[in-house]
Amino acid sequence: MPNTAFHKLKDRIAVVGVGNTAYGNFPHTDDYGLGAEAFRRAVEDCGLDKNQVDGLGVCRVPYYARMGEILGLNPRWTVQFPPHGRMSAMAIIEAAAALDAGLCDYAALIYANIGRSRRVNYGGEESPGVWDPFGFTSPGAAHALMFQRHMALYGTTTRQLAEVSVAVRHHACLNPDAVMKQPITIEDHEATRPITAPLRLLDYCLINDGAVCLILTTKERARDLKKPPVMISGFGAREAYTGSSISNFNLNFWYDEVQDVARQTYGMAGVGPNDVDALMCYDNFSPTVLFSLEGLGFCKQGEAGSFVEGGTLRLGGRLPTNTDGGHLSNSYMQGWALNVEAVRQVRGECGARQVPNAQVVQFVATTPCSRSIIYTPG
Amino acid sequence: MSSKPRPRPDVFNTGFWQAAREGRFTIQRCDDCGDAHYPGTPVCPKCLSSSQSWAPASGRGTLLSWVRFHRAYWDGFREEVPYGVVLVGLEEGPMMLSNLVGAEPEDCTIGEKLEVTLDTSDPEWTLPKWRRVGRA
Ligand SMILES: [Zn+2]
Repeated sequence: MPNTAFHKLKDRIAVVGVGNTAYGNFPHTDDYGLGAEAFRRAVEDCGLDKNQVDGLGVCRVPYYARMGEILGLNPRWTVQFPPHGRMSAMAIIEAAAALDAGLCDYAALIYANIGRSRRVNYGGEESPGVWDPFGFTSPGAAHALMFQRHMALYGTTTRQLAEVSVAVRHHACLNPDAVMKQPITIEDHEATRPITAPLRLLDYCLINDGAVCLILTTKERARDLKKPPVMISGFGAREAYTGSSISNFNLNFWYDEVQDVARQTYGMAGVGPNDVDALMCYDNFSPTVLFSLEGLGFCKQGEAGSFVEGGTLRLGGRLPTNTDGGHLSNSYMQGWALNVEAVRQVRGECGARQVPNAQVVQFVATTPCSRSIIYTPG
Repeated sequence: MSSKPRPRPDVFNTGFWQAAREGRFTIQRCDDCGDAHYPGTPVCPKCLSSSQSWAPASGRGTLLSWVRFHRAYWDGFREEVPYGVVLVGLEEGPMMLSNLVGAEPEDCTIGEKLEVTLDTSDPEWTLPKWRRVGRA
């Protein structure tokens, strides 16, 4: 276990406002337009005077100063995060540390994605790499490599993998904001075209436009705002940069790193996997969910395939996961919307997809920068 | 016919491709601590020494995983889909992605031994590819 001095931040920082745009294909606007809309909704959600926001973190927004200009903000803390999928919890943890240190009093984190309108491909000429001459490209192919190996080592099947896509699609059907609203079955998953076999279309996240904003402050300041605060009760972090010339790939499924993250996060929050009422799991590709379940200790390594069988991840199942529909079926907000969903679950605002009495909701991103956050009621 | 993407080595990896052109399969080795790595780096990731060489590699490896591309991300690969890409763990430690020659990945077992074979079909860039051991 690394130095755990950061555990003193337990229940010190609250998410007080969340907002998101509609999700889809919006060529009439851009990153800034979407980001501004999400910010306005988050401000309305918490009832804060927007001029009190003195911390600004932006991700996938091209230029922080333009975002600040548009919103009329001149903060005293600004961070620009690179437009990578793994940044959401990294940014939230950075903001929590900044708030605790007094570098700002109210931090707004804004994520915007216009990849649908821009026709982003995530592979080929748009992202040149070392392995191009062999025809290897794209994060999806890296996850296909990992899942192929998981199948070989542990006997995991694509029908088990389908459980992930089927469960989160079910949740998307209950989410008015979600892009994909047609229910699917395991057979549908098995019948869709392969992209990078063993992965099929339904193992891939969506690519759509949209934006998300979270507003955070300290526990004391949170009391004066509109809604009950949702506390950040635990978090943990570990990178895996060795071998990253094969992007988005880890030979051992980031198991050791996520185990480390789990020890930090559960240790800080004082809970364990059995206490988790709902899991918000970064699902750029469906295998990531299986790797996350193993790393966090919901099952042993190699057993995630059987763990998810029979609807474990569905509402009403043992571990409701990605109740908003995740990246696979709600929206490609790269972890940001999942953190918003965690907050809404703790608040009890999720309507038809609400997990009854959600007291402990966990976010996890199993990536080269693995992170987890546990949210609880304030 | 569209061409396939070719290597675009940075300054630390030109030695690998020069050696391949000369028929040698190499790996970057630290002159001070012996650490083997690929792709090449400006300093040794283990001891930070700047003294590194492209040293002969055994050409023996293990099949760690594979993927079959049904989508062509480059026009140059359009006629080959669905094509396979294999992940090979070199005997010296590093991993490389490449293609299998003379067999399909579906025929192989994960963990099976492979050996390197230099593909000289492009006169400018020799590509290290892999084949099953003893089945050439
Ligand atoms: Zn060295």
